[in-house]
Amino acid sequence: MQTYIIRRILATIPVMLVVVLFVFSLLRLAPGDPAAVIAGDYAQPGDIERIRHQLGLDEPIITQLVIWLGRLAHGDLGVSIFSNLPVTKLIGQRMEPTLALTLTTMVFAVVLAVPMGVLAAWRAGTWVDRLVMVFAVAGFSFPVFWLGFLLIYTFSVQMEVLPVQGYKSISEGLVPFLQHIALPTVTLGLVYMALIARITRASVLEVLNEDYIRTAHSKGLNPRDVLWGHALKNASVPIVTIIGVGVALLIGGVVVTESVFAIPGLGRLTVDAILHRDYPVIQGIILIFSAAYVLVNLVVDLTYTLLDPRIRY
Amino acid sequence: MHALISTLHRSALRAALSALLLFLVVATGSAQTVLRVIPHADLKNTDPIWTTAYITRNHGYMVYDTLFALDKNLRPQPQMVDSYSVSKDGKTYTFTLREGLRFHDGSAVTAADAVASLQRWSKRDGMGQKLFDFVTDIKASNARTFTMTLREPYGLVLDSIGKISSNTPFIMPERLAKTDAFTQVTEIVGSGPFTFVKDEWVPGSKVVYVKFDGYKPRAEPPSMASGGKIAKVDRVEWLYIPDPATALAALKNGEVDYYEVPPVDLVAQMDSDPNIKVEIVDPLGTQGWLRPNHLHPPFNNPKARQALLYLVKQEDYLRAIVGPEKYWKVCGAYFMCGSPQETSVGDEPLMSQNFDKARELMKEAGYNGEKLILMDPTDVPLLHGASLVTAQLLRKIGVNVEVQAMDWSTLTSRRAEKKPPSEGGWNIFHTWSTGADVAVPVANIGISGGCTEKAWFGWPCDKRTEDLRDAWAKETDLAGKQKIVETLQRHLYDVVPYVNYGQWYAPTAYRKNLNGVIISPVPFFWNISKG
Repeated sequence: MQTYIIRRILATIPVMLVVVLFVFSLLRLAPGDPAAVIAGDYAQPGDIERIRHQLGLDEPIITQLVIWLGRLAHGDLGVSIFSNLPVTKLIGQRMEPTLALTLTTMVFAVVLAVPMGVLAAWRAGTWVDRLVMVFAVAGFSFPVFWLGFLLIYTFSVQMEVLPVQGYKSISEGLVPFLQHIALPTVTLGLVYMALIARITRASVLEVLNEDYIRTAHSKGLNPRDVLWGHALKNASVPIVTIIGVGVALLIGGVVVTESVFAIPGLGRLTVDAILHRDYPVIQGIILIFSAAYVLVNLVVDLTYTLLDPRIRY
Repeated sequence: MHALISTLHRSALRAALSALLLFLVVATGSAQTVLRVIPHADLKNTDPIWTTAYITRNHGYMVYDTLFALDKNLRPQPQMVDSYSVSKDGKTYTFTLREGLRFHDGSAVTAADAVASLQRWSKRDGMGQKLFDFVTDIKASNARTFTMTLREPYGLVLDSIGKISSNTPFIMPERLAKTDAFTQVTEIVGSGPFTFVKDEWVPGSKVVYVKFDGYKPRAEPPSMASGGKIAKVDRVEWLYIPDPATALAALKNGEVDYYEVPPVDLVAQMDSDPNIKVEIVDPLGTQGWLRPNHLHPPFNNPKARQALLYLVKQEDYLRAIVGPEKYWKVCGAYFMCGSPQETSVGDEPLMSQNFDKARELMKEAGYNGEKLILMDPTDVPLLHGASLVTAQLLRKIGVNVEVQAMDWSTLTSRRAEKKPPSEGGWNIFHTWSTGADVAVPVANIGISGGCTEKAWFGWPCDKRTEDLRDAWAKETDLAGKQKIVETLQRHLYDVVPYVNYGQWYAPTAYRKNLNGVIISPVPFFWNISKG
């Protein structure tokens, strides 16, 4: 197992390298010029070329790549072209809000969705099943930004019980943290809840038709024990897979929610950096995302071994 | 035993009450007043000489100060300067700084700092470059005094060093002002009313300033950028909230106090809220520019550019992009209505839409159905709207227009392209400029006729325009200046560097418990108190 883990970790290096090289080249080939954005609308003629030269952006792409790889080898992701702050600092500032939102969203979604999916499978074909599936479809259908605005209007503007925007770190107090994270969590969580509930239902339904479940019932086991102790455990592999995919997507893709609730997370940092062509920040973020995706996949694969003793690496 | 326990209980209760009282005293005594602002953009760069971005200029005003500053009549007034004199021949200016001025690091502000700062500024700013074309020497003669020697009298010395908008000649410590003008300064140390709290800066989200207790304000009341700059709150936070609906909700909820530029379509909601005031704080407004490319056909021919004048009807643009009439104005002045340089001389073509005349002029210019490239920044709603209006008007007179959608970043790099439109260049784009920059002929970069070497994107090439701008700059008599403005504007309507598609006034919204908001084209956060 240890060998497997080490092998998987080492395998991420060439993967990340390929991704980063691809993004590096694509950025420089795409239209847009950070020097023009930096100079501002009222820059004097010649300013853009001077800034481009100062930042080394007029060097051949290969030269820029070699310089960047050299710095990367020393753990230096460079500095933002705009703010002059280290990329690691910028990512570090944004990591906590995104991780907090990811964690609270997945906990909220899993805690509610898995029992819903199990219930729907257990009562397949009944009104309970249909109600859960209607909810699941609705959850996919609501645009995230629309749901966010609806929750803001209801709980912040009308009822004034929760704040409209922003993020408070847990170090500033549990209550302020929860108050600020509540609405974004519910906004995002409802979508993932719908997804996880559907996958859980399908997976549990498949397992409930297996022979060993029939055997367990005929041996006189409590139906609740059969459901939660036998069926769910055997159905959990696809559920864990979808949770893992969800976590990976959340880390990088919550930009809409972060924009609606003005949360300073990685999603907004990515979009801002792309719109302004802040090359070092974009490259650094892509590197982090690649590592995150690979790590999440590794954790999911290792979790399989806990859930299914037949799976061994 | 019972008595001991009783005593212990009473002691514990007393201790608890004392602690509570102490907490309340400390809490109330140390409660900071915080002004929370939603700025119009995110602060990405912190060096206001390195970039012309308005958000960085606004940041500059928080932490730096200027030698002179414009008052509400757009006249430069001494700010950091205590007194100044001009020699009889008009060629030597002597400035003496006020006593007791300090930078945020505790060091005294000296004349050497002022000299170095002006030199760095002059390398990047158009008005600064023009001024320093006349400067033969600038040096500190003692700790608080410096002299500026000119090769001939120049009428815009004080207007230049009191310039209100980008690049504003902010004063930095000499050690930082000696940084190359094309490299960002490494520290933000100024002598302004607030200090920048770098540790709390989260680019894309939050900027924090705290009151600088060592600031020495002038005695006069504030008047636009001049006068006493008294910080009446302890802390100012700029919270960048990109979504307008969220920003509005935050303002209504009292989570923020000031929304710099709300979208006009949300203003009605703010107007109806009893806790929010909507006000036009920028008296000069903004001017829209339809910019043709003077390098390539058809707009390398002045007749084609004149055709644009007959095509554009300002009301069409302003209704489409701004909305309610109370926020815009039809104005033919190249140098803004409401400014000292306002005039309607020569504006008849712009004020009388005539499609037949436009069509005729395009034909005379040799236009024969070639495709024109119109760059449309779809991520900037105002400019996207203007682009669509122009495209429709051009098609109305038979022009073959291709509207190319892109984001603003792409446009800013593409507009620097001098190649023909068919090889990656362009024919038309839209932008706007703040009145503070447009109102001054020397600062208005859109009218520059400096050709490909010195003119702004679009590259008009016209010597007469430059001669008239120079003449205006050198003229020291106000009546003489106005005569030159009229001649210049009449000429501009012949050569058409750009078409003014209207003047508008973006409203600002803030909570009614704020007092002391200053009327100015640049938002200032001194003098504001929270009731």
